[in-house]
Amino acid sequence: MGRRAKNKQGPPAPLAEVAGDNEARRPSAKKLGKRKAEPEQESRPGKKLREGKETTAKGSPKKSVSFASQKKSEGKKGKTVNGKSESKKSKVVEESDGEGSCAGWEDVDEEDDVKAEAKALFNDSDDDDAGSAYEGEWEELEMEGEAEDDDPLRGPVEELDLGSDDDDDAEAFVGKLKSRRSKQQDRPDKIIPTGSDASSDDSDEGSEDEHGPITMANMEARSRALDARAAREAELDMEEMQQAAQVDGEDDLDVDMDGDEEGDGEEFHLPTAEEREEEKKAGGPDVHLVQRRMRECVRVLGNFKKLNRGRARTEYVDQLISDIASYYGYNDFLAEKLYHLFPVAEAIEFFEANEVPRPVTIRTNTLRTRRRDLAQALINRGVNLEPIGKWTNVGLQVFESSVPIGATPEYLAGHYMLQAASSFLPVIALSPQPNERVLDMASAPGGKTTHMAALMQNTGVVFANDANKARTKSLTANVHRLGCKNVVVCSYDGREFPKVIGGFDRVLLDAPCSGTGIISKDTSVKVNKTERDFMLLSHLQKQLILCAIDSVSPTSKTGGYFVYSTCSVTVDENEAVVDYALRKRPNVKLVETGLEFGRPGFTSYRGKTFHQSVSMTRRFYPHVHNMDGFYVAKFKVEKPTKTRKAGKDEKVDPAAEVVEQETIGFDSEEDKMYIEESKRKAMRAKGLRVPPRNRAPPASAAVTAAA
Amino acid sequence: MRPLTEEESKLVFAKLANFIGKNLIQLIDRPDEPYCFRLHRDRVYYVSEASMRLAISVARPNLVSLGTCFGKFTKSGKFKLQITALDYLAQYAKYKVWIKPNGEMPFLYGNHVLKAHLGRITEDTPEHQGVVVYSMNDIPLGFGVTARSTVDTRKLDPTAILVFHQADVGEYLRDEETLF
Repeated sequence: MGRRAKNKQGPPAPLAEVAGDNEARRPSAKKLGKRKAEPEQESRPGKKLREGKETTAKGSPKKSVSFASQKKSEGKKGKTVNGKSESKKSKVVEESDGEGSCAGWEDVDEEDDVKAEAKALFNDSDDDDAGSAYEGEWEELEMEGEAEDDDPLRGPVEELDLGSDDDDDAEAFVGKLKSRRSKQQDRPDKIIPTGSDASSDDSDEGSEDEHGPITMANMEARSRALDARAAREAELDMEEMQQAAQVDGEDDLDVDMDGDEEGDGEEFHLPTAEEREEEKKAGGPDVHLVQRRMRECVRVLGNFKKLNRGRARTEYVDQLISDIASYYGYNDFLAEKLYHLFPVAEAIEFFEANEVPRPVTIRTNTLRTRRRDLAQALINRGVNLEPIGKWTNVGLQVFESSVPIGATPEYLAGHYMLQAASSFLPVIALSPQPNERVLDMASAPGGKTTHMAALMQNTGVVFANDANKARTKSLTANVHRLGCKNVVVCSYDGREFPKVIGGFDRVLLDAPCSGTGIISKDTSVKVNKTERDFMLLSHLQKQLILCAIDSVSPTSKTGGYFVYSTCSVTVDENEAVVDYALRKRPNVKLVETGLEFGRPGFTSYRGKTFHQSVSMTRRFYPHVHNMDGFYVAKFKVEKPTKTRKAGKDEKVDPAAEVVEQETIGFDSEEDKMYIEESKRKAMRAKGLRVPPRNRAPPASAAVTAAA
Repeated sequence: MRPLTEEESKLVFAKLANFIGKNLIQLIDRPDEPYCFRLHRDRVYYVSEASMRLAISVARPNLVSLGTCFGKFTKSGKFKLQITALDYLAQYAKYKVWIKPNGEMPFLYGNHVLKAHLGRITEDTPEHQGVVVYSMNDIPLGFGVTARSTVDTRKLDPTAILVFHQADVGEYLRDEETLF
């Protein structure tokens, strides 16, 4: 590998770009998309500068100009040639900065192509020049180039912030979430390509074809065209943003509304029941109509008092739910169930978020390695990653990878586990301590089990149970791969549990659930869940939660905790089950989960009221936290006798005892005749002669005496 | 779940001794906690006694695994070490082989170690000796048996096999169904 070969990797980046690059990599509140798009735009002037260099070098052949002076003249020339376009360019960059980076994001692919071609071009010319008499000067240039080149290579590694106790992490996380959210907010406007978008794309492609291959001459023109397009798209984005703002805006709605309708030329009309029937018969409305109608419904419902046109609120809601069902492909039952969990606008966000995949995350296995070392090893394999957030010091988020992340030698050697970010939460809440006895009731495929074993540093015992025998295979494989030596794997129905073995310090129940939190992972949930499924599941969950609570040892010195979690967002699988457990087992109480984010659980929901402490449980949503929908509740199990005697039971019990005393005693007088009767029956059965009835009293007297 | 019989322990220890030699004593007499070998459904598990006592409560048909699985007895009565034993083998191994990064993936796909892929090897390794295979950054990848002694390797051509493959961590993906 010579110096030239190295140079071929890419043209030396000017210092300005390095600075920009670093800035982007710093965990600030910038979007991922922006980070990619920005250096691209800034690097172009740099290339042109080099172009200028070459021309000057050619233009003054005999003079051995000193490097510094040469550079100066280059700078000047570059400026005079490109001054106009550059100034324009910078303006465009600013614009797109201000108005959201969507345009830049969409540009990335094509710009990459351009850059690649340009690179090849410049490298060719480098090679030509290298053969000429000015090799010395070029070497100088290249040296400079290399020095600069190294920086961006090293940049990301140095900047990668693995310190768990750094404040920036949290900020970055929050920032990312926010940006994600805002992106999703204006998604409903963008999910279907509008006519203008399509046409602009077409025209661009056409113009590219016209230009043919890139040459030095048309390079500038092309880049200008690209910039112009970026500006156009930025404008389009601006328009869309404004529209969205109009939808969201509340104060000046009346004014906007009038303007809107005049602009659209038609007034929004909510279909009546008959019209909807007809629509269904005709094979459903087209997507654009549904989309527009949803937007209108959301707007009206958001400010119902001002905007209703003499129609009932339920009509709007019904229309919106049926539109959601048809637009996102849910069955009506599930669409309604999920819709009622959120305020109107947020519900749309939630459904939108379910269409987008969650980021790939991995958990470092602290039994084998450290996060810093793992990150370094994976970066060397071409994986682009970053710590998830401040709340965990073992999680890494993978942005892109050139190798399959589930088959690297590090993965096979058990240095990490592919695991959703939400799966960290119940284990963090449980926080098992070394030398405890812990139960994971529904454990396959072992992500949480191995996390617990790692937190306990391979001491104590973890019982990993799963009802499905086939799934225990992957569970066992993962337990062994990650080097957990304190795990006992068994396969029982969870409901058998306190009978098999009890007295655990901590128990985790990640209950089987409908999976409404992981719709982005498994879209079949949208259609295959019915009311009956929810009933059966919540029944099973209620049985399991009681068994799990009974398996916890209330006398445990270090623990006595129980964590209930599901990957579902519905209330009847979460709060209702927890409330049921609180009512059935008076010796348990909810405690704080120890997770500093997440929404509090509902204390009342659609006419049901739950125990006040249910607000201590935590809900996680895809559109808010950018992780799977999840629910975590943490219980503390206390000794049963104390609380029961001190509570209401004391009042009830004495009365019950009195009643029992009255009923339990034998009334020998009354029983006499029954005893007599059965005696006669027994005698007859033995074939003895039965004495006549009037002689009964002496016999019975003898019996009582004997008794 | 039951303790090993005399013959069974002999087979297991013979296999282990091929890799860790006298360090076998470290496995049996541990300073921290008493450990034991247990047989459950033809598989040999190495587990701390405390765990083992708790696992007694689990009925035989429901018990899937406990502690670390070392290997299994085949139907013909031989003992076969499995990849799950790698943790302990790597910890106590007497003879080690390091392979270069370009040899990692071929080995993880179940191929033998060629001379071209050899990075380092313990001095004076004899022929047919059990060795643990590491990557160059000391991640244990599997184990096998040497085909030649260290001295003989010098004059081999690059494609010659140096270590016969016995087990590698790729089996966690390839043989997940049959491993347990």
